[in-house]
Amino acid sequence: MELYTAMRHFADSWGLLAMTLFFIGVLVFTLRPGAKASANEAAQIPLKED
Amino acid sequence: MNHVSETIWLAIGTFLALLGAAYAYDSLFAAHMWVLFFVLLVSTILMLRRISFASAGQAPAAAIKSEYFDEVIKYGTIATVFWGVVGFLVGVVIALQLAFPDLNIEPWFNFGRMRPLHTSAVIFAFGGNALIATSFYVVQRTSRARLFGGDLAWFVFWGYQLFIVMAATGYLLGITQSREYAEPEWYVDLWLTIVWVAYLVVFLGTILMRKEPHIYVANWFYLAFIVTIAMLHVVNNLAIPVSFLGVKSYSAFSGVQDALTQWWYGHNAVGFFLTAGFLGMMYYFVPKQAGRPVYSYRLSIIHFWALIFMYIWAGPHHLHYTALPDWAQTLGMVFSIMLWMPSWGGMINGLMTLSGAWDKIRTDPIIRMMVIAIAFYGMSTFEGPMMSVKAVNSLSHYTDWTIGHVHSGALGWVGMITFGAVYYLTPKLWNRNRLYSLDLVNWHFWLATLGIVVYAAVMWVAGVQQGLMWREYDDQGFLVYSFAETVAAMFPYYVLRAVGGVMYLAGGLIMAFNITMTILGYERRERETGAAPALQPAE
Repeated sequence: MELYTAMRHFADSWGLLAMTLFFIGVLVFTLRPGAKASANEAAQIPLKED
Repeated sequence: MNHVSETIWLAIGTFLALLGAAYAYDSLFAAHMWVLFFVLLVSTILMLRRISFASAGQAPAAAIKSEYFDEVIKYGTIATVFWGVVGFLVGVVIALQLAFPDLNIEPWFNFGRMRPLHTSAVIFAFGGNALIATSFYVVQRTSRARLFGGDLAWFVFWGYQLFIVMAATGYLLGITQSREYAEPEWYVDLWLTIVWVAYLVVFLGTILMRKEPHIYVANWFYLAFIVTIAMLHVVNNLAIPVSFLGVKSYSAFSGVQDALTQWWYGHNAVGFFLTAGFLGMMYYFVPKQAGRPVYSYRLSIIHFWALIFMYIWAGPHHLHYTALPDWAQTLGMVFSIMLWMPSWGGMINGLMTLSGAWDKIRTDPIIRMMVIAIAFYGMSTFEGPMMSVKAVNSLSHYTDWTIGHVHSGALGWVGMITFGAVYYLTPKLWNRNRLYSLDLVNWHFWLATLGIVVYAAVMWVAGVQQGLMWREYDDQGFLVYSFAETVAAMFPYYVLRAVGGVMYLAGGLIMAFNITMTILGYERRERETGAAPALQPAE
């Protein structure tokens, strides 16, 4: 198979799947129930010092 | 402080530039090397004068290493203001050149050479210096660590200024590789690559040495900006020079691949230079100036990942109705529209940071500047996806509507958030109580805002009219207007656009004055902005 075609097929199959799963993983991890407290703590970082 | 090795390197560079000028393959390369030679010569002499020739034992003790490294940020702030004013000025000049073609002074000051000078001055010189300076400031504060690499940060700053000077003089000499926003030729590109890697080392090194366990979200945006720009710059500038002592090079790609590579670069320069980097600025300076944490930290994380996952695919919308395959055009359009979500999520997050402190919009002109920046971010990220829809693009493409869109983003979002950050930074860096004058900030705010409104509104009308005139057919199928007629019809709009630009430039000059006076330590006596007038008791 031509290199272009091979990469094209990879991009719209496994590549796309991997990126989508990673992205969904990020969303789930960020919005998981326990994340709120640590997020609020992180939000205070700029205000801690001058 | 002694800078012996730096001075020796500068002297070697100066000599190499002289050799480059002597053995140049073409006259343009020789001219450009003479520019480089004189720049480096002056730098070498300045450095020589700073070397202390006292014996090593008497050399002054090295500065304390535990403090934040702010000296380079001061230089960066001044450079931001300086290049900003230069860039706006060149913008006004080319706006007038379009209205009055007699202002094209051949050959060096033609529109064709001044236009990349303007775009590079505002994007890379003004915006780039602002990003480098604020990223150095933010990463130290939010990591609670001194900048990594010691004097490497100085190399980043001065190396970047050298890139700007070489790029700008190259344009005026007529040296260009004709890639929009990537006009500098191969040897200047190589230099920028070296500087950029040093920048990455300084920034990433500081993050790795951090004392704060969590990496604050602003740093994520800055890091995405640095890494992605490195990748875009290297790939888009892959080229083979004709001679190692000549200006001309040929792109590694050809035809439609070349065009797509260029617009993959071009659009992500907007996405990662002008958006991600300045969002890093927003996520630090808006909470600081408002004195409140960001509205939703988790939304900012999602904003980050969604933005970087989607932006990178949007480039093909610059090539609608070209030889680019249809599926690629549609892909670019779909991802551009999906960008609405993260863009507006980020805008809401920035604006809502002020919830509970809305009164500050009335009392604090710096907050007002940041709020209008976020509002323009929302507006131009609404307009952009709309223009990427093929049906809309068939009217808007190649017209002044595009120019209007770019400027509402660049003047409104990038410019205003930078002004806000500069106004915040200057009293902090120079240890002043406050700015020289808040009234002048107010003047700057209104001049800039009205300037943008005039500019954008005029360009909408101009662009739509231009697009409609180009596609007007009579009942026999002939074009109604010749191209020259559509150009002539633009005259009043071009004059008005220059008026908008002059207002924005005037705001920039006021800022330069205000910042200078603040640095010099003056404070103008003025009443507190927004303070309620004393109430008269009833009689």
